[in-house]
Order: sequence, then C-alpha cells, then structure tokens
Amino acid sequence: MNQVGEILSEQRHLGTLGDRLWRRAALVGVAALVASVALAAATPGGWHRFFFAYLVAFAYVLSLALGSLYFVILHHLTNAGWSVVVRRIAEAFAGAFPFFAVLALPLLAGVRELYPWANGTAGHLTHGKAVYLSVPFFVARWVVYLAVWAVVARFFVGKSIEQDASGEPLLSVRMKRASPPAMLALAATLTFAAFDMLMSLDPGWTSTIFGVYYFAGGAVAVYALLPVSAFLLQRAGLLRGSVTVEHYHDLGKLLFGFVIFWAYIAFSQLMLQWYANIPEETHWFVARESHGWGWVGLILIFGNFLLPFLVLLSRSPKRRPAVLAAVAGWLLVMHLVDLYWLVMPAASPSDAVPHLVDVTVFIGLVGLFVASAAFVVRGRSLVPERDPRLAESLSFENA
Amino acid sequence: MSEPTAVAVVAGPRCWGLLAEFESVDTLLAAAERVRDAGFVKFDAFAPFPIHGLDEAMGIRTSRLPLVVLGGGVTGACAGLLLQWWTNAFDYRYLVSGKPYFGLPVAIPVTFELTVLLAAIGAFVGLVVANRLPELYHPVLHNAAFQARATTDGFFVAVEAGDPRFDVARTRSFLEGLGAVRVDELEDD
Repeated sequence: MNQVGEILSEQRHLGTLGDRLWRRAALVGVAALVASVALAAATPGGWHRFFFAYLVAFAYVLSLALGSLYFVILHHLTNAGWSVVVRRIAEAFAGAFPFFAVLALPLLAGVRELYPWANGTAGHLTHGKAVYLSVPFFVARWVVYLAVWAVVARFFVGKSIEQDASGEPLLSVRMKRASPPAMLALAATLTFAAFDMLMSLDPGWTSTIFGVYYFAGGAVAVYALLPVSAFLLQRAGLLRGSVTVEHYHDLGKLLFGFVIFWAYIAFSQLMLQWYANIPEETHWFVARESHGWGWVGLILIFGNFLLPFLVLLSRSPKRRPAVLAAVAGWLLVMHLVDLYWLVMPAASPSDAVPHLVDVTVFIGLVGLFVASAAFVVRGRSLVPERDPRLAESLSFENA
Repeated sequence: MSEPTAVAVVAGPRCWGLLAEFESVDTLLAAAERVRDAGFVKFDAFAPFPIHGLDEAMGIRTSRLPLVVLGGGVTGACAGLLLQWWTNAFDYRYLVSGKPYFGLPVAIPVTFELTVLLAAIGAFVGLVVANRLPELYHPVLHNAAFQARATTDGFFVAVEAGDPRFDVARTRSFLEGLGAVRVDELEDD
C-alpha cells in the first residue's frame, strides 16, 4: 500500500510554521483586544457592551477548550484506538488551559457590569440565592474551575508528550486510570461554570439542563474543530499520510450525532417550560423571541440543526474532507451565534444586530486561543508518535 | 394434451454452480477481483470473519438501504404530525389548559418517536428483504469442504450457474487458474 510510504515520508512537525503561527495569532489577538479596549473607551456605554462581547467570546473559546479536553479524556476512558492520530490536535487546544487563568481576568473584572446579582438590580426572587450568587463565592468558584481544568489538561497533555520521548506504554495505562475521575470532575465543573457564567445573567431564571446545553455546544464545536484543523494542516502539507478519509468519516459521524444531541437538549429545555407556561420561566424565552432575537433563534434552528443534519445525513459528505470541513466551519460559526443568542439579549434586549466591538473581541480571543494551542505543539509532533495504539489508528477503516 | 414425458420425471439434481476454495485472505481478495473483472455478477464470497475491502473486490455497489430508512423516517414524521393535527386541531377540537389546538413544541416528541420507529422498521425489514432472509437452505451447505472449514479457516467463492457467463467446464478451469485449492460442483435438489 502507498499509505505506508506516505506515513513514513509525511511531515508531522509544525517546524517554523509553528513559530510563525503562534506569534502571528498572538499578534492579531493582542491587536484586536487593544482595538476593542479603544472602542470601549471611545463610545459612551462602551464598557458595558465590551464586557458582554468579552463574555460571548470567552464562553466560545472556553467551550472549544473544554470540548477538546472532553475529547482527550473520552479517548482514554473508552480505550479508543481509531482517534490516536487526531488526539494531539485536541491536546493542543486543551493544552491552552493554564492560559485561561489570564483570559478569565476581564470576566471577573466585569462582574458588576455583567450580572444583575452583583450590581443590586436583581429582583426579590433571587434573595434565596444570595449566598451562592455573591462576588466572593463567584470568584472562588472560578479559581476552582480554572485550577481543575489546568491540572487535568496538564496531566493528559503532559503525559502524552512525555510518551513521545520515552515510548513508555505504562503512561497510556496511567492516563486510562485517571480518565474516569477526570471526566467526573470535568462534568461537574463544566455544569457549574455554565450556570455561573451564562445562566446567572438572568438570576431569576433556572434550567437544570443548562450545563448539558453548554456541553452539547462544546461537543459539537470540538467535533467541528478537529476536522477543520486536520483539513487545514493537511492543506499546509502536514499529516498527509496518517490522517485518512476514515478518520474524517468517524469525526463526521460524531459531529452528526452531536448536532442532533444539541437540538435534543435545546428542545428539551424549551418544551418543559413552554408547556408549564409559568411567567418566571418563560420570560427567558420571550426575551429571546422578541425584537429581532427570534430571527437569531430561527437561524439557530435551521443553521445549527436542520441544515447540517440534512447535509451530514448521508455517507459521502462525511468521506469528503473538504465538504466535511466546510460544514464543520459553518457549525463553528453557528456555535458563536448560539452563545450570542444566549448572552446578548441580557445586554441589548431590543437590538439583535452585532456591534463592532463584538467582532474585535471575538477575533482577539480566538487569536490568543489559537496562539496558545500552537505554542503547546510548537516543535513537537502533531501525532502521538509512540502511543501503543498508533498502528491501530493508522490502519483504521470504517466497516 | 400430451402425456408428461419421462425426461421431466427423472430430471436429476441440477447444477447450481461451482464452489472454489482458497487458502488465504489475499488469494480470496485477488480471486474475487478477477471474478468481478471477468464479468460475473451472480457470485458470492464466504469467509470465517469480516474482510476489509472484500465489498470493493467483489464489486458490490453501495447499499440502497439508507433510502428505505429515509423513506420510513419521512413517513413517520408526516404521519406523526398529521395524526396530532387531525385528532387535536381538526376532528375533535378540545381546549386543554389554554394551549393552542396544535402546538408544534408539544407535537415534536410523538413526531420524533414515530420518525425513529418507522425508520427503524424500514431498516429492519429492508435488511431482511435485501438479504433474502429467512433463507433456510443454501446449496453450499451440502459441500463437505464448506462444512469442514467455512467457519474456521476456509475461504470460498461460489459462482452460480444462473450467471449468463457461466459454463461448467470453462468456469471451472477459470477458477482453478485463480489459485483455488479445489473446485466442487454444487447441486440444487
């Protein structure tokens, strides 16, 4: 087979591209954030919008990083073989986690701009939640979340990179043993982080499934991020032999499944409250159906579910890397629309049109996120070279 | 009216086809490709375990089963919506706690379940029909070599006599030329 020759001769190290990538992405990110701060300072009420735009972008890159960490832990938890060749890409994005301690600082700084419970404008309904929804406890919880994510990510990414050098198969066993508690810790922290970060924007509203909703968005995002990244890397001449149509096909299947999962969770959240029809619950949906926000919701129903569902339904689009990457790229944009629809009605209930600062902050955080991921894998192989199950992944075929 | 002729009465077992045995996966795959390229369409391969690439080697087209499943799913979705609209909003309108007669959110679960149900029935029935199941008898089952090794380490190709290109003598020498360790004639009785 000529695949063997391609695997032996392919380029797996980012090399100078890695250095260029992280420096340029960091430059773009910092420049966009500086521009955003200038925009915020120059316009009246600009800081209010800035913090909400920052929250949307932060929730976006955080969901990508959490999704990547989930992918890596799931790989070890299920003792997976097929996904070894794409695991390093997910590890790169999960490896950005220590850096999130810095990215979260503006969120904590803007807590009184963002959350009604922090600036005294919340109604009487939230008195019972006063202990939980207080600034010190909020900050303390974020310290715990960020610490847990950083420790878990460092463990899995670090052990995997260590294995590149030593080839020690016991490292795989250690990662497998650590994966169940890591997954439980991820589930708990992700759920409460979603409650704190997004749901408490409206402290009177509760939805117990909200954490799962945020997770579903992140899972779709990571199963979109991996084929897009693999496609772009292959276009740049890397991983030509080891990542095959079979891996794209499996990522496409998972993407398809989680597109349905997202719709299922979103609908579950809606239907109970629609049916109960209690004003203290329905006001959240009413705010997201009126003054143009209903159009954003419709874009989500069609763009984040029906359209990708129909495209990914049959086999052939999932086996064409360019088509799959295009659908995945579209879904990454839709994920941003989803978070915009969750967050922004709290800031501007009567105007759904994005501001310039929304765009610049988003570019800024995505730039920094990509830069930190590229920094993690600079000078390293993009494939876990000496993983005991690498051979299985290289020769993987869909039955 | 003519009497039944003796020939029809004593007609013995008909030739059903030829069964060729191969020693390995590689020879089976190569043989399947050659049989396919020779223009045979009515033939089958037997192996004790699934072999990647055998479908391509045999020239089997992509399954049309997904279309049956899609048809089942679309039928289920339409039936679910129609059922709920007909019963709640048209045939016997009944106001329940101020809800709309036909509310799409509350109609989704039943529609979803019927979609999945009919798609699954389509997949099951379609698979059974496409595989011509239940098939309680097959001529290869009488072959001694097949009985001995088909589920352990034997690899077989059976070419049916019903194939337009089939000719007992020529097909036999063709199969032997592909490296078959033995070629047996199968009878249909």
